[in-house]
Amino acid sequence: MVQVKVPTPLRKYTGGAGGVEAQGATVAALVDDLERRYPGLKERICDESGQVRRFVNIFVNGEDIRFLAHLDTPLKAGDELSIVPAIAGGR
Amino acid sequence: MLSARAVLARPISPSAGPLAVPSALQLIGNTPLVEIRRVRDGVAPGVRILGKLEGFNPGGSVKDRPALKMIEDGLARGRLVPGKTILDSTSGNTGIALAMVGAALGYPVELVMPSNVSKERKRTVAAFGAKVVYSDPLEGSDGAIRLCRKILAENPDRYFKPDQYNNEANSLAHYETTGPEIWRQTEGAITHFVATIGTGGTIMGTGRYLKEQNRSVQVIAAEPADAFHGIEGLKHMASSIVPGIYHEEELDRKLGIDTEDAYDMVYRLGREEGLVLGQSSGAAQVAALEVARALGEGTVVVLFPDFGDRYLSTNMWVGWGKLGGTTS
Repeated sequence: MVQVKVPTPLRKYTGGAGGVEAQGATVAALVDDLERRYPGLKERICDESGQVRRFVNIFVNGEDIRFLAHLDTPLKAGDELSIVPAIAGGR
Repeated sequence: MLSARAVLARPISPSAGPLAVPSALQLIGNTPLVEIRRVRDGVAPGVRILGKLEGFNPGGSVKDRPALKMIEDGLARGRLVPGKTILDSTSGNTGIALAMVGAALGYPVELVMPSNVSKERKRTVAAFGAKVVYSDPLEGSDGAIRLCRKILAENPDRYFKPDQYNNEANSLAHYETTGPEIWRQTEGAITHFVATIGTGGTIMGTGRYLKEQNRSVQVIAAEPADAFHGIEGLKHMASSIVPGIYHEEELDRKLGIDTEDAYDMVYRLGREEGLVLGQSSGAAQVAALEVARALGEGTVVVLFPDFGDRYLSTNMWVGWGKLGGTTS
């Protein structure tokens, strides 16, 4: 299983949990698994074409997937995946 | 559309510029207003859209105004005295502004910001000599607010916290400067004012001043359409710690803007107007067009909080191939 860290604005999909588990051999497969477990989550992370939304950062063990293999980035048990919006707020 | 000759006209001659000023602080405010000529998307010819370019402030953003006013207010009330450090939570621009004003006045500055703010912001703050404490990026700006409160509670006598979210001097800065500037620059012709909301200081203070001059001026706020967004600096009010200075009942309208629409607008403003601006400016312009399209005539002033150069390392520009940015 992969440990997934969920940002505050998306915790309404995970019953309030900031950390959940999911599985998949790639980030794409993991996002699909997240959608099965927490319906509605995928649409927030990916756009209509299935690509990660521009303002969403996904880190695998601290590395940004945009500089790895995007959604094809491989995952293994014990990895940590973080979903981080490029937000801040209030300047 | 204006002719090239009109666009190239230079109203300022070398002999008409201002004389030297005593410090960087005197350069805050009096930012220019520029006609948006091409990114109009079907807006009636009788409607002007004017962008207030807050990136011309010496700290590079609209936040110079409240930072200066809050520190002046702290000094006047004796809350900021020699030996104290200026402390606040910020996602960037207020931090840069506080760091600049603190440096100019000789006060140390400590800032709490989410670790996912852009690299340029982190480095700029450091260049002004401020100390930075990073909060959990998963908690956004509210996480920085909470961590800042904790740091203050542990050492209350050591710090002066301007507290931009709850300090009326924030709104007052705009009431005293941004509002009067816009009124003068439009010669009282403004009919609609559009601004984004982070603390609410800009829209509250500017809106109050403009409505005092002419009650029919409409004040319209733009905010992210959703809690999960990527418009740095802005707050989705329904899901946030609502700032104490934010009084929604004073607004005429509030528009929710999608992050992706804001980003696309930033790309267009760069290519079609020669204005590379920040994400919040993109959101503001999307809102301004929505407002302007409904009018037959009028003068819409939209506030652009900063330029885009401090976001060039962010998601908006980097790593997405075919989109507006590069593929590095």
